[in-house]
Formats: sequence, structure tokens, C-alpha cells
Amino acid sequence: MSAALDIIQDPTLTYHQELLALARLGESTDDSLRYSDEYYKAKDSRALCDLNEGVMPYRPRYICPDYSLLFTKGCAFLELDPPQDLAEALNSLMILYHHVPSITSFPVYLGDLDALLEPFVLKEDRAYAKKLLGLFLKQIDKTLTDSFVHADIGPGASVTGELLMELTEEMQLAIPNLTLKYDPAVTPEDFALKAVNCMLKTAKPSFANHGMFVKEWGEKYAIASCYNGLMQAGGGYTLPRLRLYECSLAAKSVEDFLDRVLPYYADLQFEYMDKRVKFIVEESSFFKTNFLVTEGFVKRENFTGMFGLVGLAECCNHLLGIEDPKKGFGLNDEATALGRRIMDRLSELVEAHEAPYCESTGHRYRLHAQVGIDSDGREDAPGTRIPIGAEPAMLDQLAVNEQFHPYFPTGTGDIFKFEETWMKTPEAVLPIIKGSLARGLRYFSGYLENNDVVRVTGYLVKRSEIDKLTAGRQSLNNVTVFGKGAKDFGGALDRRVQKQDENRDH
Amino acid sequence: MKTGIINKIIAFSNVDGPGNRTAVFFQGCNLHCLFCHNPETIHRCVGCGLCVEKCPQWALKRNEAAGSRPVEAGKTAGMAGGRPDETAPVPPILWTPSLCVDCDTCIKTCPHLASPKVQYMTAEALRDKIRRTAPYINGVSFSGGECTQQRDFLMEVIPLIRELGLGVLLDSNGTYDFEQDPELLRIIDGVMLDIKAADPAFCRTLTGAGPELPFRNLDFLQRAGKLEEVRTVLFPHHPEQNEATVRAAASRLRPDVRYKLLRYRPFGVRQEGLDFLGGEITPEAEGEHLAALARSLGAENSVTV
Repeated sequence: MSAALDIIQDPTLTYHQELLALARLGESTDDSLRYSDEYYKAKDSRALCDLNEGVMPYRPRYICPDYSLLFTKGCAFLELDPPQDLAEALNSLMILYHHVPSITSFPVYLGDLDALLEPFVLKEDRAYAKKLLGLFLKQIDKTLTDSFVHADIGPGASVTGELLMELTEEMQLAIPNLTLKYDPAVTPEDFALKAVNCMLKTAKPSFANHGMFVKEWGEKYAIASCYNGLMQAGGGYTLPRLRLYECSLAAKSVEDFLDRVLPYYADLQFEYMDKRVKFIVEESSFFKTNFLVTEGFVKRENFTGMFGLVGLAECCNHLLGIEDPKKGFGLNDEATALGRRIMDRLSELVEAHEAPYCESTGHRYRLHAQVGIDSDGREDAPGTRIPIGAEPAMLDQLAVNEQFHPYFPTGTGDIFKFEETWMKTPEAVLPIIKGSLARGLRYFSGYLENNDVVRVTGYLVKRSEIDKLTAGRQSLNNVTVFGKGAKDFGGALDRRVQKQDENRDH
Repeated sequence: MKTGIINKIIAFSNVDGPGNRTAVFFQGCNLHCLFCHNPETIHRCVGCGLCVEKCPQWALKRNEAAGSRPVEAGKTAGMAGGRPDETAPVPPILWTPSLCVDCDTCIKTCPHLASPKVQYMTAEALRDKIRRTAPYINGVSFSGGECTQQRDFLMEVIPLIRELGLGVLLDSNGTYDFEQDPELLRIIDGVMLDIKAADPAFCRTLTGAGPELPFRNLDFLQRAGKLEEVRTVLFPHHPEQNEATVRAAASRLRPDVRYKLLRYRPFGVRQEGLDFLGGEITPEAEGEHLAALARSLGAENSVTV
């Protein structure tokens, strides 16, 4: 078995990474979950991509437990009583995290940490609370070794949120990913400014449009993994993607794409999703016996399927015969307008398809602008982003994002890289975020050029860790290898820096 | 209707006043400071056409409608006797931004310290540009050049910007007598005022004008509640002059007014200025020392940058 031997002999894999690779290999030996010939043909042509989810799903892709149950009822399976103080609360969380599966085998959602922990933090001396939270973050970074591990804070201010941001700055860790649920009407200005400051120094937190998510999901939503909007006590069954550029290669014209090609590939993706969701619910044991389900930490009816896509920009440019991305989608009104037509059409298709076991989303799947994987290379930009290297000045980039973010309740986002001078003026960054969220932006990420922790496409890695892999050494973080791929093949760290003169408006 | 002559617009600026602001740089200045870091904004284009021949992108062409205004070599037109003619300006050189790659060959070629890359805009057109940035900014800053040189245009455009719910700050070299213009003062949020030097002879050498009016403006604007901040550039080889200027300004300032001591940086400075001031950056220690001095003299909100 050379595939297994390759894994076992790979010097850049840690023990745990080898174990996961071997599990994936084992899973791939069963082929009882079959799809149509057309599906496999489309997958081979790269028009469809299953994100290597594995052929035999034994858990939903993303699981977002309602951690508050742990604090009110405890957990019978893990023999945990409700915690009485901060040390117990953090210990209980770490124990539960260990048992939350996902596509990566690490928990992709750690909870709304401020809401969960604030009552305990307030009972402790601030320095002691900070010490415990620091140990908690350190343990997360060193044991949940995957940048798709994600925690949320906000929208209100809290001591816990402040301490987490202080520690994030001091410790400079890539894990966990962090989101501030931001609502200018609720989030105090000084707390938001602290978050901007922390974001510029550490590439996190990102800012989520709280009002927009609440309208779609209600108050109990989670931001998980990269930037995925899902229900708390729920999650996402599966996330396959249309590679829209490759889809567009099958079209004779714009109308042909909208009338024939897009519905054709969307149907094949529905086939994949329907079969997979049914398999997870009906065949695998997760929803029947896992304690997260039987004790109510998640409810099956709160899960949905995520209909993903990448490469809208390249798709529009190809259909219009535009070769230079600097003259294409996002910078050319005709191409951007075509992007909206494609998204309107795709929304119709997704809205028309009855999805199994998706009660919380009206028996429909939800769109997701996927952040891309390293093997996408330069053919498909993440989701609906403007390709790296072609980004216009920030004002125009925001304006394009604002048109496309509302399509994606299960997540989308864009990343802005700032020049050093902005670090001294967080009060100049906040109005940009605030203004853009008010105009339809869903999710804003930023970082400062020359940081060690950088945001690649949606997840965080350390440049110094990528360098380790490049030198043939191991990196503890499972995601570093994706960051290396995105850097090497997608130029992901070369995105435009917001300099003064680049915002120049002719 | 007036036309504004604008060198550039920066949609998002974090260094032209508080918060995030759209900064509009007007073309034309009545001073000719040796340390000016964008000297191509000092004069108006005279249409000599030298840049048209040098432009590698063919982004510049003569504007036949403007006619030519012959100017003696080494002299500049349009600035004699105070404010330039604003009645019917048309650009002598037409610039096509979509062809321009910002190589700045035109600016290096121009013997008149005048960029041909300017926009002639009506107040409505400028307002429409700012309408796009309005959701993301705290306000608008007018800089230059010297924006008060286009005072009548300011009187038209500022009310339109205020209708967007935005305030306007002026960045001024201090040579405009604000006390004589209550109408302008009423519609602006404040002035970011340059105090370039206190010593009359040094100030004249440095800028071409004396320090009297800038200091009078400092006192007046502070009294009127319209002094947003004061800036002084510190020079690398003139510690006594630096200290004299900082002392004179700081001793007049109220504690709450922001006083920025900007360390001279040689980038963009023309040869004439480099010859006089040198190619070095003013030491950080001198900046810190003078900021501390300013604070001790009562200008408690003093920082060096």
C-alpha cells in the first residue's frame, strides 16, 4: 500500500496529521455511496469539487454545539456537572471540545466565549481571570491544532472579550480564529476600537455583520470555521462547490450559461448534497447515538447544507471574453452586473430545490462563498472576490463586496491588508467597517502588512510556520500546509496593501 | 458657477485630520516652501506643452480650446497679484487618467512646479465624488496647494458637502486672513494651521512670506473655536529655529489644541530645498524633546510624528 506508506514516511507530518491522513485513506476504500455518471464526469472536469469531504461521511461537516447547556445541565456522557467557577468552566469546555467532531476532526466553533464565560470571569480578580484565559488559549493553540477552530465574541462589550483580545495581542497565536459580532447600535465604540487595534496587530478578530446574521438566523447563530454562518445547536452537513470558471467553459454564451450550464451543474451539486445529507442522517450513527445529539447540544433540525461556489470573477471574465482581470469583474460594470445576474439565477435555483432534513432553513440549502483551497490555483478566486493582484482601491473593492455579500447567509468575506500607518489610527479604520456593514457587507477581515500571523483566504497561519514546511520540517497547525499552497500557487499573501496613494481617485 | 482645480482626491486618508477622511488637494499655492514635499502642486499649468512631448503613455495633449498663454522661461503665469483667475478656467493640457500609469515623467519635466494631472471640477461634480465616500468617512479635509486660494469655489462646494452630513476642515498655510472672512469661517468645522517658522528672516527664506499673519491666524482661530490643530515641520540642521518656532507657537496654544511636530523628511523635496535643508530626516530625539518642551509651555496636546 504505497499511499499509506507515503503518509507514514512523510517527514513534514506530525503523528496526529498522519493519523488523520490514514483515516481519510481508510474511508476512501468504501464506495457504497454512489452518484450518477454525470456527477463523476463533472467532478473529473473540475467543474464540481467536493472539497475532499471523504466518500463515507460519519459526521456532519460543521458542528456548532450549544455550549450553554454544559453550564446549565452539565454533560451526562462526559460525567460533568455544571461548573461553579472560571477554572471549572474552562476545564469543562476543553473536555467537551475534544469530543466535538467535524470535517477536520477539530471543533470549528468554540462558542460565544464572552457570553459563556462572563459570569465566571466577573467573579474573579481580573489578573487571575486573565491568567486562566491565557492558559485556555494556549491549550487551544497547542491541542486544537487547526486554524478552522473559531471562537466568537460580541456584540456587547465584556471583560472576557477585552481579556481575550489583550491575550490575543500578547500571545500572537494563529488559533483560534476569532470573530466580533458587530452591531454599531449595541457594540460600544471603545470596545470596537479595541477590536480594530487587535485586528491590525494579529489579523483577528474579523467583524461580522450582526444585524444581517440575526435577520437570517435569529440571535442564536454561530460564526464557525473561516467565516461560516450557521445555527448554534446545529451546523452544516456538507459543503461542496461549483468551480464557476470551469463551469463557464461549457457555455457557448452568457445566455447559454444562465439557461443551461448553470442549472445543469447546480442539479449535479444538489444530487451530491441530497445523497450525502440523507446518508449522514439515515445511515451514519452520528444523529442516532452521539451524546451531542442525545443530550441536546445539537439538534438535527438545526443543520443545513451549504451550497458553495468559487470563481465568480473568472467565470464572468471568461463569458465576456475579458483576459485581463484588471479590466474584469469588480472593475468593469458589465462584468460585475453579469456577476449579479449569475448570483440571482443561482439563488433562484437553490430556492427552488427542496432540500432534505433542512427544517431550520425552510427545507432549502443556503449559499456559501467558499474561500478556496490551494489546488484552485489562480483559476478560481475565492467565492465572489476580485482576484488577488487585480483588486481596485478599497472604496471600489468594498462597493463590489457590498453587492455580493447579501447572497450568502452561510458565509462570505473579504480581506483588507493595511499599511503600517493605520495601526496608529484605529479610529480611522472603524468608520470604514461601520459604513460598509451598513451597506451590505457581511464580514470584514483586515491585517497589517509584515505581521507574522496573517489571514490567507479565511483562516490564519503564521508566516514562520509556512517557512518551516518549506524547509521540510513539521508544523503543528494542520492548516499551515493549506497556507503554503495558497501562498505558492495562489499568491494569497500578495494582496493589495491599502496605501494612501492607492486610494487616489482619478 | 465656479470651477475647482484639483490635484488629487484621496478617498480614505488617516493622516489629514481626525478619523477617516476624504482629502481633496487643490492645485496652486501662494507660498513656495523649500521643504514642500509635493512641489508640483505649487503653480498652475501654463500650457507650455513640454510634458506632452515627454509623456510615454500619450496620456497628455494640448487643449486647443484653451489657446496658449506664452510665458517667459523660468516664470510662471497666473499667480501674480494674489488669487488666480477663477472665472472661466479650462485646462491648458488635457490629461486622460485611464491612459496614465503615474510614472510622473510630466512632473519631473515641468519647469513651472505645476502638475498637468489636475481635474477641473464643478462643485456638484466634487460633491458627487464625495457622496460615494460619505458612508465610510468622518469628514472631508481640503488641502493643497493652498485651498483658500480657491475661496470662491470653497464657498460653493462646502454647503453641498454639509448637505451630505459631513463637516469640512481646511488645511492652510496660514497666509489667508480668516478674520476678514466670517462667511467662510461659518461653514467650516475648523482649520489645520501651519506654523512654519517664527523668525521673520528665516520664515521668508523658507516660504517666501513672513510669520506675522500665520501667528495672527493662530490667535484668532483659537479664539473663534475654529483651530483644529497646528503643525510645525522640524528641520534637521536648524535646532535653534525649530526651538524658536515651537516656543512661539506652544506658548500661545490652549491645552486642548493638538500640536503636531512633523519631522522633516526629504522625500519629494526639490533640489533647491535639498540644497538648503539637506537630505536627512530630523532626529526622533529632537522631535520628542521639542514635543516635551511644547507640553511644558502649555500645549499639552503636543506630539511628534
